[in-house]
Amino acid sequence: MSLLWIVSIVLALAVVGYFVGRQRALSTAGGDHRKLHSLPSYYGFNVALTGAVPALLLLVAWTLLQPLYVESRVAANIPAETIEAAGSQGLALTEVRRLANGLDLAVERGAMTAEEARSLSTDATDVREQLGEVGVALGSNVSSETLSLAQRYRSISAIGTTVMTVLVLGIALAGTAYAFMKTSPTFRARNTVERGVLMLLLGAACIAILTTLGIVLSLIFNTIEFLRLYPAAEFFFGTTWSPSFTGRGGGSELGILPLLWGTLYISIVALIVAVPIGLFAAIYLSEYASPTVRSIAKPLLEVLAGIPTIVYGLFALLTVGPLLVDVFGDGGLLGVGWMDGGTAVMTAGLVMGIMLIPFVSSLSDDIINSVPQSMRDGSLGLGATHSETVRQVILPAALPGIVGAILLAASRAIGETMIVVLGAGAAARLSLNPFDAMTTVTAKIVSQLTGDADFTSPEALVAFALGMTLFVFTLGLNVFALWIVRRYREQYE
Amino acid sequence: MSDASIPGPAAPATGKKSSLLELDARTKRRNAAETRFKAYGIVAILIGLCFLVALLVAIVRNGAPAFTQTFVTLDIELEAEAIEAAEASVVKTSQYRDMIRAELMGRMAAEGIETDMDANTLGQILSSSEAGQMRDFVLENPDRIGETVTFNFLASSRVDGYSKGRVTRESLERDPNLSPAHLDLVDQLEEAGIIERTFNWSFVFGADASDSRPEQAGIGVAMIGSFFMMLVVLALALPIGVAASIYLEEFAPQNRFTDFIEVNISNLAAVPSIVFGILGLAVFIQLVGLPQSAPIVGGLTLTLMTLPTIVISTRASLKAVPPSIRAAALGVGASKMQSVFHHVLPLALPGILTGTIIGLAQALGETAPLLLIGMVGFIASNYPEGVASGFLDPNSAMPAQIYEWAKRADPAFYERAWGGIIILLLFLMTMNLIAILLRRRFERRW
Repeated sequence: MSLLWIVSIVLALAVVGYFVGRQRALSTAGGDHRKLHSLPSYYGFNVALTGAVPALLLLVAWTLLQPLYVESRVAANIPAETIEAAGSQGLALTEVRRLANGLDLAVERGAMTAEEARSLSTDATDVREQLGEVGVALGSNVSSETLSLAQRYRSISAIGTTVMTVLVLGIALAGTAYAFMKTSPTFRARNTVERGVLMLLLGAACIAILTTLGIVLSLIFNTIEFLRLYPAAEFFFGTTWSPSFTGRGGGSELGILPLLWGTLYISIVALIVAVPIGLFAAIYLSEYASPTVRSIAKPLLEVLAGIPTIVYGLFALLTVGPLLVDVFGDGGLLGVGWMDGGTAVMTAGLVMGIMLIPFVSSLSDDIINSVPQSMRDGSLGLGATHSETVRQVILPAALPGIVGAILLAASRAIGETMIVVLGAGAAARLSLNPFDAMTTVTAKIVSQLTGDADFTSPEALVAFALGMTLFVFTLGLNVFALWIVRRYREQYE
Repeated sequence: MSDASIPGPAAPATGKKSSLLELDARTKRRNAAETRFKAYGIVAILIGLCFLVALLVAIVRNGAPAFTQTFVTLDIELEAEAIEAAEASVVKTSQYRDMIRAELMGRMAAEGIETDMDANTLGQILSSSEAGQMRDFVLENPDRIGETVTFNFLASSRVDGYSKGRVTRESLERDPNLSPAHLDLVDQLEEAGIIERTFNWSFVFGADASDSRPEQAGIGVAMIGSFFMMLVVLALALPIGVAASIYLEEFAPQNRFTDFIEVNISNLAAVPSIVFGILGLAVFIQLVGLPQSAPIVGGLTLTLMTLPTIVISTRASLKAVPPSIRAAALGVGASKMQSVFHHVLPLALPGILTGTIIGLAQALGETAPLLLIGMVGFIASNYPEGVASGFLDPNSAMPAQIYEWAKRADPAFYERAWGGIIILLLFLMTMNLIAILLRRRFERRW
């Protein structure tokens, strides 16, 4: 039975439970709902929630955990030579899983009966060819061990699914029945329902924690795995980035320094573009502009923030890059020949700067506006001109907040992906020329994890280590920036 | 604010100048600095707006051609024997191709267009999808065999580029696929009304065909992929986000645990989107084993990414409901839960919806996490069959499709990428417009 069916049945049961519970409450009170502790609908909700919520929670947990359990059971049984042939246990397991999924698909499409899939053996049939017919591509010929493991995988999964179906439906029924039995005029249904709902709300709030936990754990585990395969010192201090393309390890040099340099260089260029423009725009909008100008210019600038980054990426690749080459490239307007191709630090930095303008300007705008009016009045009253007031009173007062805003913008720049993937180039190098193509941490995460990478090789796992670095960097910047901004706000509140 | 820029105070009494009406050098300098400073601000805003205009102009100018397409219109008689022979042969489409080319030659002769090219060279004017198109039609409409049917065949991407001004005779000198001589013929065919450029619906609703046939590429399938992803995001992020906000805003006690949740949410809002892609890859694909490239995985990943946005805006709109409403509800005997669900939440609803729509728009345009969960590098050529397949079968999404085209390094695909961006931006604009209208219509000042 598919998940969809189980969910529908549980939900249908909940709907039925609602009406039955409500009805029972009314009938036990003799049709007079003044004799009930709570409104009749609460008795209905009580039955519905007691039936559905635990069952659905179990369903979610089971679906998440079952593959883990099955894989650990199967993994323990993979013979040593199969592991050797595949390269590692993870790879052997991937093969088994792919074969098992292929068999499932073949059964589903009617190319095989369930019985055939169970009794299939490599001696009698060419499994690869048979699965190829239903559109399941297998990498290599199937060995008899892999096949029997895949069949074992399927049988454990099938048992698991059956047990789950029975348990989930059983709990749903039991819960409904229990709540139904408890329904009586003195039962405090509202309190029970409200407690339950409060738990659900709390659970929803905890998803944020789970997400952070998920990010941290998935990064940490894979990073540890990577550092087991690749020396940490060479990763953190290596100055060459040249992963081998074979994907089976060996010959790769995975030093992070060129990537960090590229990331920082592009971010610095972006900030050099965004900070002056954003800051001056914010000062003008908050100190000088008339309400009309402000109400037009501010939303227009903020349009820049609403444009998806893929658009900026394409703009960098196809418009800004060629334009810069026309100016700085060989035979360009300036005749300097600094730039060889359209993708360069300058291209990505410039476009990223454009993207960050509204970010810097609206944050600084808020901060400048929160400087108390009395400070302005005091300065103007002493005879300072408006610009002197801004430069010598408002900006120093707002400085911590503005630094916070710039740090937040820097963290955005470091984490930005699409612009650098399309605009910065793919070559990792340590160079000072802003017209060279360089690459960044985010761009390399994308290139190492897309395509048919094998997730157990150091070439793919390095992406998680890069992600970890990125996460730590941006998190540190954010926490620091938010701390500064908060302290600054408290100063004037 | 006062008028600080009016003429400054008079010079010290010891100076020679004594007129109050005449500015001294220092005041002039200060006033000039004032004007300069103001000008910097104006220039900064103008630069920002210039960038915006440049971006929009680049998008519209490069993207608009994607919405028209060059077609070759031919009337072909579907002879029963020829079709049977074609179906019996090994490479079935090749004989259809011959029929089309023969018809093109015949048509040109009838119009009096002379050429010394053979049919195969001439056929390069057409897209290589033409034979498949004709065969599909024949297989779908077997009853029309024997009749003469009018076909609109796609012209090849270079002919299309020529009619849009992207391809010139010089650029074709060394092109193996088309020669400048073809373009002379194309001009004549256009005059004869055989080649025409019309609005290209198949770009909007069609599928991405092959990385060698830009003329056939469409964004329709990716649009459906995006649609299913947005359904997942809406179905999960809205209830979870609202529930979390209600808890934090209305029920959470002041303690460390609540602080911890809040710190988590504000940090998640600033985590780079690609990290969510790593999370999606590690948890949903590797751990749980959901299929790669499936919209449901994309949707789940984007849900986690959008959640902080929705929580932050929902909390703001819950906070905007005045405490007197809660007090009044509690005063007439409602429980805390009833006061929230019956009174506060409905009043905060417009704000919540606005925030949700903006969150959805953000999710719709997001690309980086989708790259990691495998929504690129694969050709979205089939419409999903039914709802379950829409969620679970590999698909692309609009921004991922645009990225895919941008990577193919062919000006004809670049044109598609820009066109795709126009469609994406239209969607985003509509969503933001709805959000603004909702806010205008229902916003309440207490």
